[in-house]
Amino acid sequence: MTTKAKVATVWLDGCSGCHMSFLDMDERLVGLADKIELVYSPLVDNKVFPDDVDVTLVEGAVSSEDDLAKIRKVRAHTKVLVSLGDCAVTGNVPAMRNHFDTIDVTNRAYFENAALQQQLPCEVVPKLLDRVRPVHEVVKVDVHIPGCPPPADVIHFAVAEMLEGRLPDLTGKTRFGM
Amino acid sequence: MASAAHVVTLTIDGRDVSANADDTVLEVARENGIFIPRLCNIDGLTPVGACRLCLIEIKGSPKLVPACVAKVTEGMEVTTKSERLDRYRRVILEMLFAERNHICSVCVSNGHCELQALALDIGMTHVRVPYRYLRVGIDASHDRFIVDHNRCVLCTRCVRVCDEIEGAHTWDLLGRGTNSRVITDLHQPWGESDTCTSCGKCVNVCPTGALSIKGHSVAEMSKRKQFLPYLTLMRTEK
Amino acid sequence: MTPEELNKLAATTRKHQQQFAHQINVCVGTGCQSSGSAAVLEALTGEVKKTGAQSSCLVRGSGCRGMCASGPLLSVDPEGVLYGPVTVEDAPDLVRSLSEGKLTRLVCESDSPFFTRQCRVVLENAGRIDPERIQDYIAMEGYSALARVVTEMSPGEVLEEITRSGLRGRGGAGYPTGLKWSTVAKARSEQKYVICNGDEGDPGAFMDRSVMEDDPHRIIEGMAIAAYAVGAKQGYIYVRAEYPLAIKRLKNALAQAKRDGFLGDGICGSSFSFTVDLRLGAGAFVCGEETALIASVEGRRGMPRPRPPYPAVAGLWGKPTLINNVETFGNIQSIIRKGADWFATIGTERSKGTKVFALTGRVANSGLIEVPMGITLREIVYEIGGGIPEGRRCKGVQTGGPSGGCIPEALLDRPVDYESLAELGSIMGSGGMIVIDETSCMVDVAKYFMEFCMTESCGKCVPCRTGTSQMHDLLHKITEGEASLDDLDLLQELCEVVRNTSLCGLGQSAPNPVLSTLRYFKDEYMAHIVDKQCPAGVCQMRHAVEV
Repeated sequence: MTTKAKVATVWLDGCSGCHMSFLDMDERLVGLADKIELVYSPLVDNKVFPDDVDVTLVEGAVSSEDDLAKIRKVRAHTKVLVSLGDCAVTGNVPAMRNHFDTIDVTNRAYFENAALQQQLPCEVVPKLLDRVRPVHEVVKVDVHIPGCPPPADVIHFAVAEMLEGRLPDLTGKTRFGM
Repeated sequence: MASAAHVVTLTIDGRDVSANADDTVLEVARENGIFIPRLCNIDGLTPVGACRLCLIEIKGSPKLVPACVAKVTEGMEVTTKSERLDRYRRVILEMLFAERNHICSVCVSNGHCELQALALDIGMTHVRVPYRYLRVGIDASHDRFIVDHNRCVLCTRCVRVCDEIEGAHTWDLLGRGTNSRVITDLHQPWGESDTCTSCGKCVNVCPTGALSIKGHSVAEMSKRKQFLPYLTLMRTEK
Repeated sequence: MTPEELNKLAATTRKHQQQFAHQINVCVGTGCQSSGSAAVLEALTGEVKKTGAQSSCLVRGSGCRGMCASGPLLSVDPEGVLYGPVTVEDAPDLVRSLSEGKLTRLVCESDSPFFTRQCRVVLENAGRIDPERIQDYIAMEGYSALARVVTEMSPGEVLEEITRSGLRGRGGAGYPTGLKWSTVAKARSEQKYVICNGDEGDPGAFMDRSVMEDDPHRIIEGMAIAAYAVGAKQGYIYVRAEYPLAIKRLKNALAQAKRDGFLGDGICGSSFSFTVDLRLGAGAFVCGEETALIASVEGRRGMPRPRPPYPAVAGLWGKPTLINNVETFGNIQSIIRKGADWFATIGTERSKGTKVFALTGRVANSGLIEVPMGITLREIVYEIGGGIPEGRRCKGVQTGGPSGGCIPEALLDRPVDYESLAELGSIMGSGGMIVIDETSCMVDVAKYFMEFCMTESCGKCVPCRTGTSQMHDLLHKITEGEASLDDLDLLQELCEVVRNTSLCGLGQSAPNPVLSTLRYFKDEYMAHIVDKQCPAGVCQMRHAVEV
């Protein structure tokens, strides 16, 4: 093995279940560790997205201005971008708020359902976009792995294929809402 | 010998098959283990040719025809799978997913849904057309059942089973185009319907989680569709 | 009424009309009525009475002259002078002009190309008879074709005559009428039906309305001849409820025809019986599609069903049914009366006869015209239509409504016939013709028609229901300046899918306005998408969002 593939994972608007499923690859992770270098992820400590990443797995939908900026940056520096899981692929549960105005959603969260300190967040919490969108409606996506979450086997299969330089054919392997 | 005249031979995807002259291509294909996707069609109800997923190519015909209503003819050459058909079916499925709010992960029928299964079968991994987020409601006024219009694909199986099998004709359609909706009686809440017999046939033929039995959580609602051909058979045998 | 009695009545009526030195025919079609022709008719009747001229001057309501933009119109016959627009105040001057000569200030040039380039077959009586009087129709040889058919011809001979004439369906698709009739005639059934499709719904189209308003008996006669030929006893006229005047005139005509023995039992002394009932539509465009129309007549929700079986085999209540459009039936009596050979001399090799068009849009003379097949679009726009007002440039012509396409100015020299228009990516359609000039944006035009299809889709089949709304949204995105080239690719893919997979004609043809504008005006799409500009200045481009 000459060089390891640079792999990143990104967490946008999702429940982290896809990352959990990633970890569910269990002992196979050890094998993968020989072939990949995890250069950026909620699971590692790197705070800056590197310049040239081979494969990035994205969990979550694009919901906030922060998500939007992040995914654009990720796209610009990634060779193969993977939408991992239903939130990234379809918008899924986060997109259920698209039926309501953003202001109604925030009011619900920070006033109606808040017992203490009712106020709209003005710092740290990023501003919500009008609409939650699946990743491919915002940037070009190369591989889609549906599932809520996609099973660890499927993630392993997909990653293994990509390490071999192939785009995985997931027909019959995973579906929306798995 | 008299019945021999009613038997025809044809080819489906290059395979020679024989059939009764009043069979549809869909029926004959299934008898021979050839899978053609379908959503509005179900054994035991009048076919309507609405979902367009079962479109097939017939040699010599410039137009695609729905297998559910296409009667077999002698020497017919049918193609059920081609690059073009696969592409069309995929776009149709994508448009169905994008039309209303099919969020499989939180659906009572997750894992038991015909729409979801079709997407899996044709290898559809994402929806390229923009989601429309049509705002439609849920009616939980019935004692035992729920209609969630977010999951409805307007296949009209409920309308037909209620009319043709149960004879109540509680269900019908309201509105046009993408604003169409299935309604009970004259658009009254289901719970206030005078005609509904609460037989549950509509729930069991519904291909998605649009119609479900109360008390089921995510992925718990599986349907019993076998009753329909059985019932039809019993009625005709009698 | 026997043929002899019919001839006698025609002669008497003509003689009665000839007693008058002058006839004033005031248009009482919907167009002129909306500009006040009913009051003009009343004023003229009063004025004639006041001046004691009622014995020498007949004042009556009549049908559409076509030049609706100059209404209210009236003609003074037999001089054949056309006046318009006429007001109530003009009545005294007009009556005086009968003895004092032409009232030049109101004269509408009836020798202009608008009139001379037309060829009136279906509209031959429009403006020349009172549509509410059966005698007027009979005086113009009305019902003589029916009388001849039922007393002298066999159904086979009628079929032969219609087939030989080369007449094709005027509802849009151009299916050979003789072939359709023969198919229904061959079907074995105790009960058969004849339906007249008067559910004219294309935006900007009012040909059928005019025929029904101006000459309702012509349709009834055509239907009765058809019924005789195919062996039907019952007919229905399906009219959209938005045409109250047409409905009123048809009701009146049906009652008169029944009273005088042109409908009912033993028509014209023969053993042939045929009755016609009226059915009103409830405002759905899709009911112009034959299987949806049949469902609607049966009292069900107007939704199409897959064909085959075709209505000719299993139509209304499962029985063999002949469905033709209003204008098709309007041609029948002329063909029988003057012969198939005469009819076949009009038009082109494969498209015989004439076609009625509702000429609208950016054109000087908008209105109703009937032209021989084979005339060029340029002749229609520039000679009959008088060109584009204010010296603007013609961009193209839209034919066939939401099912048709836009033909660019450069191709206006092509003849109007079924094949040529189809070759150009449009269709003959039922007869809507909209002239478009440089002030219109072609993407916006396509979006308009797509919005129409989206709201008129019945919702039964998935590609039409969801595809039209997806295509509309994409077109909207383009007109907002927010679309990418990927969106354009997706739009084209959806066009292909919707066209090839939709259940009925509505969906199958819904992409046509997009496809034809993409074919001839792609530069306008690119200007919206790449340069974020609308060349015609129609679309309000929002600030382009960078994605």
